[in-house]
Amino acid sequence: MGRELYRAVADGILGGGVYALMAVGLTLIFGVLDIINIAQGILVVLAAYLSSVLSVHLHLDLFVGLLVTIPVMFIIGVAIQWLFMRRLRGRERTSMSLLASYAVMIIIEGILYLGFGPDYVALNAWYINSTVRVFGFYLPYIYLFGFGLAVLLVVGLYFMLYRTKFGRSLRATMQDQVAARLIGIDVNRVAALAFGIGVAVTAVGGMVFGATNAFNPNSGYDLISRLLAIIILGGLGSIGGALAAAVFMTTVEAVVNIWSPTWSVVVFYAALVIVLTFRPNGLFGRRAVRAQ
Amino acid sequence: MRPQRARFLSLAAAATAAATLAACSSSSPSPSASPSAAAKAPIVIGASVSLTGDFSADGQAFQRGYELWAHDVNAAGGLLGRQVKLIFKDDKSDPTQGSTNVQQLITSDHVNLVFGPFSSLITGPTASVAARYGFAMIEGAGGAPAVFDTPSNKAKHNVFDVSYPIVAQYDPLVNWIKSLPAGQRPTSAAYPIIDNPFTIPPEQRAQRTLQGAGIKTLYSKVIPAEAPDYRPAADQVAASGAQIVLLGSVDVPTVAAFMKAFQQQHYNPKILAATAGPDQGGAFLSAVGKANATGIMTANGWYGGYDNAQSRVMVAEYIAKYGGTASDINSDVAEAYSVGQVAAQAVRATGGTDNAKIISYLHSGVTLTSVQGPVQFNALGENLKPVVFVFQWQNGKYNQVLPVGAPGSGHIQFPKPNWP
Repeated sequence: MGRELYRAVADGILGGGVYALMAVGLTLIFGVLDIINIAQGILVVLAAYLSSVLSVHLHLDLFVGLLVTIPVMFIIGVAIQWLFMRRLRGRERTSMSLLASYAVMIIIEGILYLGFGPDYVALNAWYINSTVRVFGFYLPYIYLFGFGLAVLLVVGLYFMLYRTKFGRSLRATMQDQVAARLIGIDVNRVAALAFGIGVAVTAVGGMVFGATNAFNPNSGYDLISRLLAIIILGGLGSIGGALAAAVFMTTVEAVVNIWSPTWSVVVFYAALVIVLTFRPNGLFGRRAVRAQ
Repeated sequence: MRPQRARFLSLAAAATAAATLAACSSSSPSPSASPSAAAKAPIVIGASVSLTGDFSADGQAFQRGYELWAHDVNAAGGLLGRQVKLIFKDDKSDPTQGSTNVQQLITSDHVNLVFGPFSSLITGPTASVAARYGFAMIEGAGGAPAVFDTPSNKAKHNVFDVSYPIVAQYDPLVNWIKSLPAGQRPTSAAYPIIDNPFTIPPEQRAQRTLQGAGIKTLYSKVIPAEAPDYRPAADQVAASGAQIVLLGSVDVPTVAAFMKAFQQQHYNPKILAATAGPDQGGAFLSAVGKANATGIMTANGWYGGYDNAQSRVMVAEYIAKYGGTASDINSDVAEAYSVGQVAAQAVRATGGTDNAKIISYLHSGVTLTSVQGPVQFNALGENLKPVVFVFQWQNGKYNQVLPVGAPGSGHIQFPKPNWP
């Protein structure tokens, strides 16, 4: 039993890294823009398809391909913000963002179906099925790389938010848009860049998701509820919280899975309810990202 | 005022674009009508199919099968001189939406016949709706006992499954395992089962039989279909070291996830079979890779190389229309095509589309033909003449390997080769 428990914990921690990669963009966008981006799941899938195209047609390594997919996803993010989110203002902003991003999701899904069809696709690279043996356990390289990327991404975004002029502009914009304008911040530009960055980091999550799962244009639906649960548990807007919550929830799920796969799914959401009962703002609270 | 209007316009534009794309992805065919048939009203047939959602790959293959059949019928002058017109509604892989679709097809679209959706999960409830209106539910992918044992079917007897009853799916494989000499026969088995009416009956039956034959069960758990990550369960199966893995799966990504985890754990069972997924031809290979697929088995009633005259014609037409090879063709295509064939024979025999007459005719004990082989129904609509084969992927080819000695059965790769 002890060995099974260790394996489940390892599975949970490494799987949490993959979910964190997919969730940080979502929590960043909410944290700074108050936009609940329901399209995050399909954006993950879109990024996976982009990685697949580069890998199959240009024979680019998946990690090298990120040099292309991250800028492309950034442009897509800016375009989505400009076309669909820019006009959302006022108290209805958050609720209207649900509708707008739902429309974005349907559009992207339709385009992917037309372009790639319904058949499942998987990414291939030497490190996807290769493993390293640690304490008698086979740990897949792709999960190790994914976890490392998740930590790097969290540190990088934290640095951007709290150690750069752009980060200050971004947080100022969200604290008080009028005041931000008065001190010369181009609020629309900041919002577009923030959305673009949130979608750009999803390129990394999409690549790792595609490397660890077979996917088709419908795969985004299964992701969004879990990604939302993760960012709520971590604290809406908290980037470090997304990583912590993802690791916590997937580990709990993997451990419960030893006894009952049925209960493991229930526990994932039960953990969310229990934590929110005692910490309504999640593990790290939404104010963290806006703090000075 | 202006921002609100602009916001409304941007949302409306988004919704319009979304609706346009949805319409593009679910358009129905417009078969060319011959002059004689065009003069009569078409026979309108409705089907709820999973064009989106978890079963979209299967659902779209089903749609292709129906379209191919309708094209062939119309090219031959139609049914009773009437063209066949198909109406598809996307059930989004959701049983509730499927039921709504069937109700709308019958009450709003006034279809003459209803064809079945993909999966037992959706067929059961939609067949109950069809029964309420006295419609026959001729279907090709609802072989679970839960589809036949419903109160509505016991009362109205309106379900007709042209494929094999899935409870017996693993029988040829299990019988072959039992027939192996003691020195070669695997001694342990694992049964990871995705929760679905399609998967549980054959898995439980196989487990009972193999346990009876002395093959020890090391893992047997039902895994929720909602589980987003099968790796923890797959790792447990790998840790069990079972020599046989009979995976109760409903789609390609599930099988791909287990295979990936097994490979990562350097776990090589002697036999790895799945209830569904490996039967999806090229779609399976593209998800798991040709080299990894070698040795993987599944059971089904049809494959691209099936030695049946009608099947050969259908395969040639499919390749001409969609390209690829016989191995690339999803068995869902043949299941859907068979539904059309059986319905056509019933319409011709009864002289029309009176569903009561069709139900009565199909229960008369008559033996019908299809690309999947002969079809004859019992009182609950199960096919009494099912043909069940076991197939194995061998170097990119989907080969029939069991039953031993059956026409078309070739060499079985046992034990399964190690992962490349």
